[in-house]
Amino acid sequence: MIRVVLPAHLRALAHVSSEISIEVPRPVTQRSVLDALENAYPMLRGTIRDHVTQARRPFLRFFVCSEDWSHESPDTPLPEDIVSGKEPLYIVGAIAGG
Amino acid sequence: MSKVRVLVGTKKGAFILSADGKREKWDVSGPFFGGWEIYHLKGSPINPDRIYASQSSGWFGQVIQRSDDGGKTWDTPGGGIKMEPGQMPSGKSNMFVYDTSSPNGAELHTHQWYDGTQHPWEFKRVWHLEPSLTDADAVYAGVEDAALFLSTDGAKSWHELAGLRGHGTGPRWQPGAGGMCLHTIILDPRNPKRIYIAISAAGAFRTDDGGKTWKPINRGLFSQYIPDPNAEVGHCVHHVAMHKSRPNTLFMQKHWDVMRSDNAGDQWTEVSGNLPTDFGFVIDVHAHEPETIYVVPIKSDSEHFPMDGKLRVYRSRSGGNEWEALTKGLPQKDCYVNVLRDAMAVDSLDSCGIYFGTTGGQVFVSADAGDNWTPIVESLPPVLSVEVQTLS
Repeated sequence: MIRVVLPAHLRALAHVSSEISIEVPRPVTQRSVLDALENAYPMLRGTIRDHVTQARRPFLRFFVCSEDWSHESPDTPLPEDIVSGKEPLYIVGAIAGG
Repeated sequence: MSKVRVLVGTKKGAFILSADGKREKWDVSGPFFGGWEIYHLKGSPINPDRIYASQSSGWFGQVIQRSDDGGKTWDTPGGGIKMEPGQMPSGKSNMFVYDTSSPNGAELHTHQWYDGTQHPWEFKRVWHLEPSLTDADAVYAGVEDAALFLSTDGAKSWHELAGLRGHGTGPRWQPGAGGMCLHTIILDPRNPKRIYIAISAAGAFRTDDGGKTWKPINRGLFSQYIPDPNAEVGHCVHHVAMHKSRPNTLFMQKHWDVMRSDNAGDQWTEVSGNLPTDFGFVIDVHAHEPETIYVVPIKSDSEHFPMDGKLRVYRSRSGGNEWEALTKGLPQKDCYVNVLRDAMAVDSLDSCGIYFGTTGGQVFVSADAGDNWTPIVESLPPVLSVEVQTLS
């Protein structure tokens, strides 16, 4: 199971109170995790990445094992610690707006 | 006994204010969708317990919410936890994609940017939701960058009525200070094929064929801040209102100037009359007196607050030109709030109630058509929109 931590507003939208665990087909990449996440929680479609272009929304960042993967290719395989469920994929809202 | 339910959209969530017909004691519920911008909520006239809400955020984009129990519970239509039997959730209730298909779509061209250059058309948010007068599952959405969308399945999915965006004047439309938004949608109660819309800053448009083709209806508008003050498009229309008994008569609060038309927008006449300033955002019509209209004059386009720190609603009982200040119960000292374009509404009780919300978080009610005002709430986040439902 892949663990995903959402920002508070998206947890409220998805009606979940803590991190999410989802089955993700191999290879585990940002794209396959987001595909599985949106399939399980369709209300999240369009809120993390654009409906059509699939581009990450500008004020969201993806953190993997303490590193910013926001600009990695969405098809780059994620580290084993994510695949094994040892570490969650963090989807983080950028600190902006004062 | 009749009741009223006031739907308030704010910069940080939605609130529902409820009272009986006396409109004296109020129950406040919310915030719903706390922390999100709620540009607009509106209930279906066919099923008042069905309410549509536009929820948006600079981080997470657009979400559409729907309630089927008068605002007690909410979900994203077709994509929430209430999956319908035998159906996979579609997750398309927030998917607003401009229709470029042939033959019904329109090329995705550019519009004028603030500096006069051309800029790509990009969806940003839903400003206004207008439920159908005849079908609780049908609802229109006015969006930024300006376009009109329609859902016929209870907001589960949307398609653009692209004839508007495809109007040949599109490259001459430009954003107002708040963005290039389609903020006003008025459905003609006698002619289901006729819809009026307004865009900042393009102007007002009308369709007489259900949205396939559109006609600019800006003749008589004069905007000295644009290169051709009498241009066909480019006018910063802030809001338009209509009384349901006279669908050919329209009232407009333009950037500057209060206007009226008695021929469905084909020609406009200024009716600012003795207003202390004719800049403003809201305009509305009394529920039972089609010549009684309301505005909230704002000092200027560079100072978005009332003149002299006095919050005054102005009422005309003659369809414009002759205005009286309504001040009883409103702050008459040190008040520097704004009243935004969708933040005024009227109920349809015998003694017509008038409501408006401010950027200072106040929502005021007058249960006697504007003579006396009281605050329902005074410390909400900045109010973006106010709608009221009259319930039996």
